[in-house]
Amino acid sequence: MNDTKPKHNPLLERGLMLPNANRMKLFSFPYILWMAGFIIIPLIMILFYGMTTSENRFTFANLAMIAEPINYKALALALLLSIISTVICLILAYPLSIILNNIKMKSNSLIIFIIILPMWMNFLLRTIAWQNILERTGILNTLLTFLHLPTLNIINTPAAIILGMVYNYLPFMILPIYNVLIKIDQDVVNAARDLGANSLQTFIKIIFPLSLPGVISGITMVFVPSLTTFAISSILGGSKIVLMGNVIEQQFTLGNWHTGSGLSLVLMIFVLLCMAILSKYDKEAEGSSIW
Amino acid sequence: MVKNFFKRFYIGIILLFLYAPIIILIILSFNKSKSRAKWGGFTLKWYAELFQNDDIMRALYTTLILAFVSALIATIIGTAGAFAINAMKKTPRVIMLGITNIPMLNADIVTGISLMLLFVALRFSLGFTSVLLAHITFNIPYVLLSVMPKLKQLNPNTFEAAQDLGASPFYAFFKVILPDIFPGIISGYFLAFTMSLDDFVITYFTKGPEINTLSTKIYTEVRKGIKPEIYALSTIMFTAILLLLIIANRKSGEKNIPLRK
Amino acid sequence: MNDNKLINLVNITKSYDNTVILDDLSLYVRENEFVTLLGPSGCGKTTTLRIIGGFETPDKGQVVFEGKDITKLPPNERQLNTVFQKYALFNHMTIAENIAFGLKIKKKSGDYIKDKIKYALKLVNLDGYENRMPNSLSGGQQQRIAIARAIVNEPKVLLLDEPLGALDLKLRQDMQYELIRLKNELGITFVYVTHDQEEALTMSDTIVVMNQGYIQQIGTPEKIYNEPENAFVADFIGDSNIIAATMVEDRLVNILGANFPCVDDGFGKQKPVDVVIRPEDIDLVKPSEGILTGRVTSLIFKGVHYEMEVMAGGREWLVHSTDLCAVGTEVGIKVDPFDIQIMNKPASEDEQAVVPGE
Repeated sequence: MNDTKPKHNPLLERGLMLPNANRMKLFSFPYILWMAGFIIIPLIMILFYGMTTSENRFTFANLAMIAEPINYKALALALLLSIISTVICLILAYPLSIILNNIKMKSNSLIIFIIILPMWMNFLLRTIAWQNILERTGILNTLLTFLHLPTLNIINTPAAIILGMVYNYLPFMILPIYNVLIKIDQDVVNAARDLGANSLQTFIKIIFPLSLPGVISGITMVFVPSLTTFAISSILGGSKIVLMGNVIEQQFTLGNWHTGSGLSLVLMIFVLLCMAILSKYDKEAEGSSIW
Repeated sequence: MVKNFFKRFYIGIILLFLYAPIIILIILSFNKSKSRAKWGGFTLKWYAELFQNDDIMRALYTTLILAFVSALIATIIGTAGAFAINAMKKTPRVIMLGITNIPMLNADIVTGISLMLLFVALRFSLGFTSVLLAHITFNIPYVLLSVMPKLKQLNPNTFEAAQDLGASPFYAFFKVILPDIFPGIISGYFLAFTMSLDDFVITYFTKGPEINTLSTKIYTEVRKGIKPEIYALSTIMFTAILLLLIIANRKSGEKNIPLRK
Repeated sequence: MNDNKLINLVNITKSYDNTVILDDLSLYVRENEFVTLLGPSGCGKTTTLRIIGGFETPDKGQVVFEGKDITKLPPNERQLNTVFQKYALFNHMTIAENIAFGLKIKKKSGDYIKDKIKYALKLVNLDGYENRMPNSLSGGQQQRIAIARAIVNEPKVLLLDEPLGALDLKLRQDMQYELIRLKNELGITFVYVTHDQEEALTMSDTIVVMNQGYIQQIGTPEKIYNEPENAFVADFIGDSNIIAATMVEDRLVNILGANFPCVDDGFGKQKPVDVVIRPEDIDLVKPSEGILTGRVTSLIFKGVHYEMEVMAGGREWLVHSTDLCAVGTEVGIKVDPFDIQIMNKPASEDEQAVVPGE
């Protein structure tokens, strides 16, 4: 039996061809120049500073600084806290996204609006507000005392930092997952039910695998800023808890740019490693974004 | 019934979690006591004093100008870039999009430090201009990624149809293509504006000692105690945005027709 | 007549947001029948199919399957399978995994599943596609995978929702024969939804013509085509001349002032009716031999026949004929009595529903 090939519209395949493609490419010059000048070259600068001494001699010493106990402990703690926060965000965000998806609002822009609205208040201020809630005599403990429950002392502990991370980055987990879920064709879900799958089987075999791209971009968008933050830890963690971001920031305020760059490189390597592992699960490589 | 109650309860808990700090900040802006820890009675004096406080007003001014200009330039460069990338063949397109994603996926701290190193190496003194350049840099990808999907949805035939009907390519571009992708450009601009407004880390590393945005000003005040005027300012800004978005939502809501047949 | 009702819809009513989609619809499907729900978009045909499949619950009425009420049964517990309009393949799974989906849920053995996949792919002429991904297939191929995925579960009934709607003409015609062959090989019941009257006429044992949530007529393709019960059916199925006329007496109808003999009786005397005359049933003869005379006003060559418009008795008549009559020719119009279909006029605009004749 003969069959026609899938239809290819050459115009759509190539993307829109405006007046003529060559003239279009001129448009890319400011962009290419900008990205080269302010993204690629600065990254090379970090590499350069990280691999040299203050006398501009090649060295691995800056990278080796990660072996200092204070530094690797900061990195290990940052990894631990950011992984925990990412997992908590995922656990909180996935059911929420499913519930929001089931509501089937006429316009989903309202939901997105409610989720991102808090971001319009400065994130440092919002994090400071958590001090108010969590302090020894703060709102939470006042409430607990009123209810005759034991008080919690989590300010200036890793727990407070995790809370700060989850609070600040939760929207970045909710939005990509929600956006993927609303795009799943209802008939695909119906097809699974039609073929005999119950709700749980439909979720495990169809909905979850199809939502993976959203989950992965959510994980990236929570994990990377959590791993590298220094503001949240310095506001909610007090002075005793030091994360990798704080170490790097201190090196730069002290003027040790070479050491700071070396440690930044180490941090970058960890970020890249984690993303490489994640991208194995993400088949949709081209331009996955939450917007 | 029970299931529905649980769902609503869960949404409520998450919203409470997201909005609790905001409620606290708004309450603090009306607190007579300077201390965050206790309630000293209702007052509006911080709102009055806010406008007398040159430090805060200067930081506000810097923040807004920065957001406005950086978003504008980023929108121009990003939109042009989106057109160009869209017209490219697959391999260069993938490479370009990969580069675009770097500042979005890279840690802010690394982006901030790398830009600072660049400015210092070029003997470019850190100040408003360096922050502006930095903000444009991290804003461009947001614009590009907002415009790209709209360009992909664009039906290539509309452009040809406009020319077929006698429009010059230039006229067709401004009358047909641009209006079609305009929502993408606008949302890209607002996204960039927001990102610039809310940025702390990159500004912190590229600003130098001379200037402050609201973010960096707040950060320096964390240890000595935040001035209550800042709460008042944030409350005003939050309310303004809330009203703006509600109006915008109403307007677009009117156009929304239920999809069900 | 075989009265084995496999599916029986009883007094189904369904509305969304105060719009009534189906109003008191009753319909049954016999075992091994190819039933087509035919109608324009928004007529309720897809909703009817989705109610049978279990994706919608009717507001009122019952769905009875093999004598059991399954109105409230979820889709996964129904012995029916659906082929969805836009295929609804699982894009994250290979073709083999797609086809195996239902069988794995039922915990069939690995060997059994393997055999079934092979068998199903052979049946839809796609052997060797096991490890391809759905996205790499053409529309027609995806459609056939969707069918294979449904039939490996050996459903008693296959529900098909405009399965050929997205395909181009040539492929659609091929697939029509393919579906008829499949149905004969499998020996199962098909309930098929389409808005394409040709598709319906080609494939069905029984056609259910629907409009605005009501059934307009149920019958074999020949009956629907030759004896439409009302103007809607006549107009929807093929080209036709629908003309207001008067029933003079039994077996005689006055059309546009001329008396035509016909074969219908029982309408009464001097009763206003609608008549349907198919364009290919009109014979153009010499003016002296015709019952009505007119003049050819347009002529189009359509391949198998000429399509002509003839001005006669104050209106345009659509005529299909293999004989050419040039524009301007004076012609006589003649119609064989059994080619004139008489219909009662609807009592009012709203009441277009017709009680289906059994």
